[in-house]
Amino acid sequence: MSVGQLAQGKMPVAVKDAAKKDWLYLVALVAFTLMALMALIGPWIAPYNPTQLYAGPENGLPTAQNLLGTDDLGRDVLSRILCGAGVSVFAPIIIVLLSTIIGSLLAVTAAWFGGITRGTIARIIDVIFAIPGLVLAVLAVAMFGKGLPAPIVALSIAFIPVVARLTQTAASRELGKPYIAALRVQGVSSLAICFRHLIPALVPVVAAQMAVGFGYAMLDLAAISFLGLGQQPPAADWGSMISGGKTGILAGAPEQALFPSIFVVVTVLAVSIIGARVTAWAEEKER
Amino acid sequence: MNWIQLILGRLGGLVLTLLLASVVIYSALLLTPGDPMSALAGGAKPNPELIAQIRAEYHLDDPIWTRYWDWLSGIFVGDFGRSFVYKTDVLGLVAPRFVVTFQLVLLTVAIILVLGVGSGILAATRGRAVDRTMGLLTALGLALPGFVVAILLMWIFAKSLGWFPGFVVAILLMWIFAKSLGWFPVFGEGGDGIDRLWHLILPAFSLATMFLAYISRVTRSSLVAQLHSEHVDTAKVRGIPRGRIFGTHVFRNAAPQILAISGITIAGLFAAAAIVEVAFGLGGIGSLLTEAAARKDLPVVQVTSLLLVTIFVVLNALADFISAVIDPDSVSSGRQA
Repeated sequence: MSVGQLAQGKMPVAVKDAAKKDWLYLVALVAFTLMALMALIGPWIAPYNPTQLYAGPENGLPTAQNLLGTDDLGRDVLSRILCGAGVSVFAPIIIVLLSTIIGSLLAVTAAWFGGITRGTIARIIDVIFAIPGLVLAVLAVAMFGKGLPAPIVALSIAFIPVVARLTQTAASRELGKPYIAALRVQGVSSLAICFRHLIPALVPVVAAQMAVGFGYAMLDLAAISFLGLGQQPPAADWGSMISGGKTGILAGAPEQALFPSIFVVVTVLAVSIIGARVTAWAEEKER
Repeated sequence: MNWIQLILGRLGGLVLTLLLASVVIYSALLLTPGDPMSALAGGAKPNPELIAQIRAEYHLDDPIWTRYWDWLSGIFVGDFGRSFVYKTDVLGLVAPRFVVTFQLVLLTVAIILVLGVGSGILAATRGRAVDRTMGLLTALGLALPGFVVAILLMWIFAKSLGWFPGFVVAILLMWIFAKSLGWFPVFGEGGDGIDRLWHLILPAFSLATMFLAYISRVTRSSLVAQLHSEHVDTAKVRGIPRGRIFGTHVFRNAAPQILAISGITIAGLFAAAAIVEVAFGLGGIGSLLTEAAARKDLPVVQVTSLLLVTIFVVLNALADFISAVIDPDSVSSGRQA
């Protein structure tokens, strides 16, 4: 469970203010683009095979051969970061997509039908909300074994309540507007109103949600890998590298834990700034 | 607002949510691929006698609803079931570890409330420069997950400091000071009393960072909203001393929101503690849950999950209720429990 669940997907005001600065937004955009690029082509630009032992000395310092040093088995840290980028960046995107699709559908259904449907959906969402994301993910690992698939599905479910609650509020507000009533009077079918008018109108709110949710999903997934339940050795993502780097710290070589930490923190910061920008845009649209 | 109705309504919702959550957690056993027998027999090829014994011991022949009921009613009388891996009672495994987690969360809450609310008050009242600095620090804090802070603290307190020269003076002094006194141990939960407290300091700070930054921001923004309101201006015009304005007109009005969000934060800490427990090798329920999940020890996983869910839901409802008592207006507009 992260601040994500606490904040209910909302963005702190000060972050929103910061995102109004164009240069900061640009820096964030560039940083995120670089990370996404790394995720796409990382394995091809990595100087070494990420699992190759003794590509340098054990717990080596950064040198010209190993730009970010080596870990306790002499594996090249830069190569491991580059090859782990794919999972670290794209797995949270899967979580955000899944939770957004299911959450929005539930929200629109609840707002459209109201009554018992709405009550049932609210109860389901309450139950999901009652199980902290981290606990749900660990439960999934206990059932289906270690590795990323189970935590990804579990976190997708855990993120549904945040998406559904915010979207439902927006959907109810939209449905109360006069143009929807006008469409109904004209005899436009319910499905057409839903898919041609209601859902497009919700896009800004949902987009803001997705941008904010990405950062939280990334942190939670990195935490799962840090616990040793996510990405399994010899493969690595940033979370499992940070955890593996603990031994390096005790051996006086902190780089192997610090560099992946920096990548996680920078990506999350960049995404939260972009998310704040999108949120501001969504609020603008709302008016 | 009818209080009894409100309390009963909330309580009913709470019990229903917990019951449904327990069904979800228990059905994990059903959805698990493979036969629990292979896990129970510990990989060895079980002979028919052993199979019969295990089936009887874990009631595997009963229908699922009977087993669910036995499990749930067992929990109420203190029978938490038996671990697949350790072959001992789950209660005996969970209880001592819960104490560690509880102490960790208590210390973390103290840190969050003192530093978070304190820095929020400073940011709201001590001028632009302080506000800016706090804004920057909390922005950084919000991006620092517990496991990264844990790594940073371990690096600072456990091993050499030669890597980053800019840091040296302040950290080195702290480090020598702490080392010479044997303070801030990095691993394990230590013995009892004071020793336990020293062992919990670094984990508590790791756990606190992100939540602290969040509470600081919440405190600041709710105080600023009050400071710019009309009744504060009126009080100023009437010549009421600044300190009293802050105490009775600003802080008291902002308190319900701060308290409500702090309550939700504390509720979430018990689950989030797992990360720093594993990082620092503390034997809490979070690390127990992680170990049990890695070894597919479902009875332990289920009880621990249910415990964490119950704590989360109850504390959440409590926070909701307290803010409803302090500020009845928030009930209608507040979140659903």
